[in-house]
Amino acid sequence: MKALILVGGYGTRLRPLTLSVPKPLVEFCNKPILLHQVEALVKAGVNHVVLAVSYMSDLLEREMKAQEERLGIRISLSHEKEPLGTAGPLALARNLLTDNSDPFFVLNSDVICDFPFEEMVKFHKNHGRQGTIAVTRVEEPSKYGVVIYEGDSGQIHRFVEKPQVFVSNKINAGLYIFSPSMLDRIQLRPTSIEKEIFPVMAQEGHLYAMELEGFWMDIGQPKDFLTGMCLYLQSLRQQSPERLRTGPGFLGNVLVDPSAQIGNNCTIGPNVTIGADVVLEDGVRIKRCTVLRGARVRSHSWLESCIIGWSSSVGQWVRMENVTVLGEDVIVNDELYLNGANVLPHKSIAESVPEPRIIM
Amino acid sequence: MLKAVILIGGPQKGTRFRPLSFEVPKPLFPVAGVPMIQHHIEACVKVPNMKEILLIGFYQPNEELNRFLSSAQQEFRVSIRYLQEYAALSTGGGIYHFRDQILSGGPEAFFVMNADVCSEFPLPEMLEFQKEHGDGRSFVIQGTTANRKQSLNYGCIVENQDTNEVLHYVEKPSTFVSDIINCGIYLFTPEIFHHIGLVFQKHQRDLLLEEQVNGWQRAEVIRLEQDIFTTLAGQGKLYVYTTNRFWSQIKSAGSAIYASRLYLSQYHKTHPERLARNREGSPVIIGNVYIHPTAAIDPTAVLGPNVSIGKGVSIGAGVRVRESIILHGATLQDHCCVLNSIVGWDSTIGKWARVEGTPSDPNPNDPYAKIDSETLFRDGKLTPSITILGCNVSIPSEVIILNSIVLPHKDLNRSFKNQIIL
Repeated sequence: MKALILVGGYGTRLRPLTLSVPKPLVEFCNKPILLHQVEALVKAGVNHVVLAVSYMSDLLEREMKAQEERLGIRISLSHEKEPLGTAGPLALARNLLTDNSDPFFVLNSDVICDFPFEEMVKFHKNHGRQGTIAVTRVEEPSKYGVVIYEGDSGQIHRFVEKPQVFVSNKINAGLYIFSPSMLDRIQLRPTSIEKEIFPVMAQEGHLYAMELEGFWMDIGQPKDFLTGMCLYLQSLRQQSPERLRTGPGFLGNVLVDPSAQIGNNCTIGPNVTIGADVVLEDGVRIKRCTVLRGARVRSHSWLESCIIGWSSSVGQWVRMENVTVLGEDVIVNDELYLNGANVLPHKSIAESVPEPRIIM
Repeated sequence: MLKAVILIGGPQKGTRFRPLSFEVPKPLFPVAGVPMIQHHIEACVKVPNMKEILLIGFYQPNEELNRFLSSAQQEFRVSIRYLQEYAALSTGGGIYHFRDQILSGGPEAFFVMNADVCSEFPLPEMLEFQKEHGDGRSFVIQGTTANRKQSLNYGCIVENQDTNEVLHYVEKPSTFVSDIINCGIYLFTPEIFHHIGLVFQKHQRDLLLEEQVNGWQRAEVIRLEQDIFTTLAGQGKLYVYTTNRFWSQIKSAGSAIYASRLYLSQYHKTHPERLARNREGSPVIIGNVYIHPTAAIDPTAVLGPNVSIGKGVSIGAGVRVRESIILHGATLQDHCCVLNSIVGWDSTIGKWARVEGTPSDPNPNDPYAKIDSETLFRDGKLTPSITILGCNVSIPSEVIILNSIVLPHKDLNRSFKNQIIL
């Protein structure tokens, strides 16, 4: 089986992290975002993954070569010369996807959940039509496009964009499985799969919805990245609690890379991910944060709802909160207060940032 | 022989010092570890022939004041008495009312000082200056240079540059007059009472002419600045001793932190034993720090510069304190961070909490800049200033209290920024 992952452009929503590393390679819970999806696909029997990218990155190519070998599958990069939207890349990769009659997966690259790929195959084969999309429940459907479908069969009737009155609380989760014949609907030009292709398929009775169980999050921006981390760690707690760190000084769900060093009298958690080679000095308090590879947090600092970029250094008695994001190799001097700061890579911060802003 | 008078005001004064002045009379508020007016007293007792120090004000006698008076008398072996005005008589009226007390024993001269100034108190220099100017028995005002803009907030002095005689005096003018300002430290001879007496008699006559006498209008309310200096200027009696040694007013709480810094650095010369030193097994000291001997401080704490730790304060592991005054009985729990703040008596700060203010220091690039006795609000918004926790305030773990004033006896339960918390 095959899968196409819509990686797209520069990942601007996840800046400043994506100024240093292509978005698919940014670690989410100590594993590149893309690998969460690819490994789940491989488990479901996928042996060829196509990445639809609109910009080329040596780093991504090299990393994918390594993963091809590690996972024993084929990974191709399908490069768009101009942005083709969410449907165009399917036409561009058509030859790669249609060398047999198996259905293929299409994924938005920002989505994190308990990927139910095997169930999707089963569900798809069961109804026998051209397409299946995974749907997930949200609390505020008025912010999204919702999907209206038959409760029993899952057959989709229509889509309503940002409904003003309640019609459904299920939204498109960004995970699809299609039969190859579906590709006949798509031209090689910029096209939106959600707006131009799905409504027609639904009208013709070719599109079915499968409800996701468990958590789901679009982690394309820092705030949601952190929320997604909390959900993922909770899911780890249920499925493989042995991977979470427990003991004195650890509260709730905390994921720590074995190479990280943690000092005395720290309190870590709940909902913290500590990357490889991270150093937390004595007396550090961290909750609801991701600390990326090689970063250091010096003693007595207090961090909540932050992403600490690779190899960054946070000084002593620093307080950071409210979705402060440090890019790669940022230095925060001692005793500062950062509230919602978005700091670009290689900056040295010498003054507090009491109100949210971007530090160029 | 010589005497000194310290004008300590009363409870209706010093409102800019709230909420700290609720608990202790402002003149006794600790600056660099000792009560504000102890710095005045220490300067006075160094002057040869100083026989008595009189505090004049309108506080009801109270325990704090009595305790201070008796311990200061013992420590400095000089008569120190408190004379209570029957009402607020202002800077000239108070000394006039108690003129017999001041003159008893026949001092040839006496100093008068406002309590709310912080200074090196160059009193011997003023005595020397007096001898060399005018007839040797003139009145001397200590002056200092301010910048043009800030001079408008003070009493402004125009001098004869050759003789240092005061030619013109005006209190808080609305346009620029002079960059030499009144420091609130004076040297008088007994003859000053003649001049104050003239003003008193004029007030009496004016009151008799009034058809209705308002109860609050008293002939005895006399201001040294507006009523006396203004008249004496240009008469060959009043001289200004200008010095650019350190000087600051202590009007707002923020200025107490600045004044502490000035006195702490003076301690190198005057009281090196009051400065904490880095030693094995004691906390890390950066710059000038005063620690009361009864304070219990974890050796992993880092203090300074400009920190004063009061009696019985308890400071936990990994605590950081900078540019702050911690008043007696306060508890700072592990890993908390206190910057540019005054922590009130018996207050508690939880683990990893951050208590932070914005310093209101004078512009460091202007040698003549003074601290702004700022108003609390500008354009309807609280101006960022130091954070003040009143007495017995409790700050929970892990919150931030930024640029806020917390009134006494509050238990906070969350973070606050730029607020006055009643």
